[in-house]
Amino acid sequence: MSSILEVRDLVKQYPGLRAVDGVSFSIDAGVCFGLLGPNGAGKTTTIEMIENTLDLTSGEVFYKGQPRGQKFREEVGIQFQSTQLLQYLTVEETLKTFHRLYTRQASLQQIIETCQLSDILKRDNRKISGGQKQRLLLALALLNEPELIFLDEPTTGMDPQARRNLWDIVQAIKNLGKTVILTTHYMDEAQILCDQISVMDKGKILTSGTPKELIQRYCPHVTIQLPLSLPAETLQNLPWTIETTPGGHELHAKDAREVLKVLMERDLDLSDISIHSPNLEDVFLVLTGRSLRE
Amino acid sequence: MKKSFERFWSMFYARNMEFLRDRSSLTWSFVFPFFLLFGFSFVFNRDKPPDAVKIAVTGPAAQSWQTRIDGLPQVQAVVIADAAEARDKLAHHKLDLVLDTAQQPPVYQISETAPKGYQAEQLVIRVLERKALGNRAPPAVFTRQSLRGTEVPYLDWFFPGMLGMNIMFGSVFGVSYVTVRYRKNGVLKRLGATPLKPFEYLSAQLASRMFLLMFTTAVIFTGSMLMFGFQVRGSWLALILLFFWGAASLIALGILAAARTESEELVGGVLNMTTWPMMFVSEVWFSLEGSPAWIQQVAQIFPLTHLITGARKVMNDGASLTDVSHHLLILIAMTLVFLSISSALFRWTKR
Ligand SMILES: Nc1ncnc2c1ncn2[C@@H]1O[C@H](COP(=O)(O)OP(=O)(O)O)[C@@H](O)[C@H]1O
Ligand SMILES: [Mg+2]
Repeated sequence: MSSILEVRDLVKQYPGLRAVDGVSFSIDAGVCFGLLGPNGAGKTTTIEMIENTLDLTSGEVFYKGQPRGQKFREEVGIQFQSTQLLQYLTVEETLKTFHRLYTRQASLQQIIETCQLSDILKRDNRKISGGQKQRLLLALALLNEPELIFLDEPTTGMDPQARRNLWDIVQAIKNLGKTVILTTHYMDEAQILCDQISVMDKGKILTSGTPKELIQRYCPHVTIQLPLSLPAETLQNLPWTIETTPGGHELHAKDAREVLKVLMERDLDLSDISIHSPNLEDVFLVLTGRSLRE
Repeated sequence: MKKSFERFWSMFYARNMEFLRDRSSLTWSFVFPFFLLFGFSFVFNRDKPPDAVKIAVTGPAAQSWQTRIDGLPQVQAVVIADAAEARDKLAHHKLDLVLDTAQQPPVYQISETAPKGYQAEQLVIRVLERKALGNRAPPAVFTRQSLRGTEVPYLDWFFPGMLGMNIMFGSVFGVSYVTVRYRKNGVLKRLGATPLKPFEYLSAQLASRMFLLMFTTAVIFTGSMLMFGFQVRGSWLALILLFFWGAASLIALGILAAARTESEELVGGVLNMTTWPMMFVSEVWFSLEGSPAWIQQVAQIFPLTHLITGARKVMNDGASLTDVSHHLLILIAMTLVFLSISSALFRWTKR
C-alpha cells in the first residue's frame, strides 16, 4: 500500500501558544486514521492545516507525494467541526449548490441514500435536528467522490442512537475503500472506526498504532473487581497485585481466565464480580495521568 | 472556463434565493424606493399651488383666447402684450406655456426643462383641440415650439444625484455585510474548502446585488418620470450603461471593504467613512462650482462622481454616449480594479 497523505513536522504557533507542536504521520490509502485526544489537544488545528483551511506556521504536507494544489481541492472531502450553511436554502438546494462547485461529481441520489437525507430534502437547512445536520455536513463532504475524507469530531453533541447511526454511515464509506481521517475525543468511536490511531495531547502526538497494539503496549492487564463483602483474608496469597478501593478489591492480571480459575478453586461467591478490559481511555490515562474527558 | 461559470452560477443562484426568501430584507429593498419617491414628491410639491398651470397669451387675438383658456379647469391665463417679455418669463419658469396669436395657426411655446410644460400642453392645447372637434367647429390648430431652457431647474439637476445616492447606499452596505457575516459564521470557510475561487464567489455576489439594484433604480426612475415629467435629453443607452457600471463599481467597493474584514462594525465604520465624503464631493446635493480646485480633483477618485456627473450630462444636457464615454471607462476600470484587489486580498476564514 502506498501513502496517500504524508505530514512532516507540522507546527501552528498562536501568540503565546504552540497549538500544534511538530506533528508528523503518514496515512496509507484505504485506511481510517484517527486523531484521538481531549478538547484543546490541537486536533482541529492539525487537520485544518492539512486541509489547507488554516495557514501553517511550518511543516510540510504531501498529497499523493505532491504538494497540495488545485487537484487536492477537487479530490478531498471535508467536514468541519462546526459550520453554518447558506441561509434560506433547503437541504436539497444546499446539496445541489455545493455539488455544482465540483468537476468530479458523485451521484447525488446515492449520497442522499447513504446519508439518509431523503425525508428532509425539502426542509430548510437550519430547521433540522443536530443528527440530521451532521449527516448533511457529511453528505457535503462526499459530493465530489473524494478519495480522502476529513471528519472533525463527527458525532460531538449527538445522542447515543444518532451517534451509532453515523458510525454505520462512516463504516459504509470505509467499505467503499475511501481513506478517512477523523478526529474525536470519544475513545469508543476511535476504537470502533479507526484502523490506525494517533493519540494527541497538548499539540504533540504521544503514540501511534492500531487500537489493539496501543492497548497491549500500555495496558496489558485486565482489571477484575471483587465486592468488598468478600473478607480480605480470603484473597491472601494470590499471585496478583490487589488494591482495595471504595468500589471494591481490584485485581490486575494479564489473563482473566487464570484469575477466575483460582477464585473458583477457593469457592468464593462470584456473583458480584466485574471484569474490565482495558480500552483507549486507559491508554490515555497511562500516558498522561489524565482522563480523556476532564 | 465552463466550470468556472457553473461555480459562479451556483453561487449567484444561491444568493438570489437567499435574498428572495429573506422576507424582511426583501420587503425593505423593494419598499424603500417607493418611500423615497414619496418623500421626494412630498418635499418638492408642498409649496406649489395644487396643479394650476400658468399660461400667457400674446398677440392681436390675445384677449379672446385668454377668456377661452381661463375657463378651462386647473388653468390660469393672463394677457401679456409684449411677446419677448412673455418668452423671458417662460424661460425662467414663471410661466408654463405661452400662446402667441400673432401667427396663423397660433404658436405655443413650452419650456422643455419645466416639469409643468408637458402638463400645460395636455391641459390647454389638447383640450382646445378636442373641444373644437366636439363643437364641429373648424379644428383648432396650433404649432408647437419648444424653448430650450437656459437653466436646469434644481429638481432636474438633483434627480440623477438622488438616483446615484440610492445606488451607492444599496450597493456598498448590503454586499459587504453578507460577506462579513458569512466569514464570521463559517459559511465562507465551508465554501473555501471546495474548488470555488474568490473571483467566482465575489462576482456572483456582485451580479446578484446588481440584479436587485437595477430593479429598484428602474422603479424610482419610472415613478419619478411619471410624477415630475423629467426627461432624458441625451442617449438612453449611455444612461443605462452609466447606472450599470456605476452600480458595479460601488458594489465592488463594498466587496473590497469586506475582502478580509471579520466584524460588521468595522466594515460599517470603514464604509461610512467612505460614503459620506463621497456623497458630498460627488455633488449629490450641491454643486461644487466655485469650490477649491483640489476638492473637485479629489472628487474624481470616487465612482459616485462619475456616475452622477455622467448621468447629469445625459439627462440635463443631452449628452451622447461618446460625450460621457470617459466616465464610463473610468467606472469600468474601477470595477475591475476593485474586484481584482478584492480577489487577491480575499480570505475565506477568520484569522
Ligand atoms: N485562532 C486561535 N487563536 C489562538 N488560539 C487558538 C486558536 N484556535 C485554537 N486555539 C487554541 O489551540 C488549542 C488547540 O485547539 P484545537 O485544535 O481546536 O483543539 P481540539 O480540536 O483538539 O479540541 C486550544 O488551546 C485552542 O484554545
Ligand atoms: Mg476540535
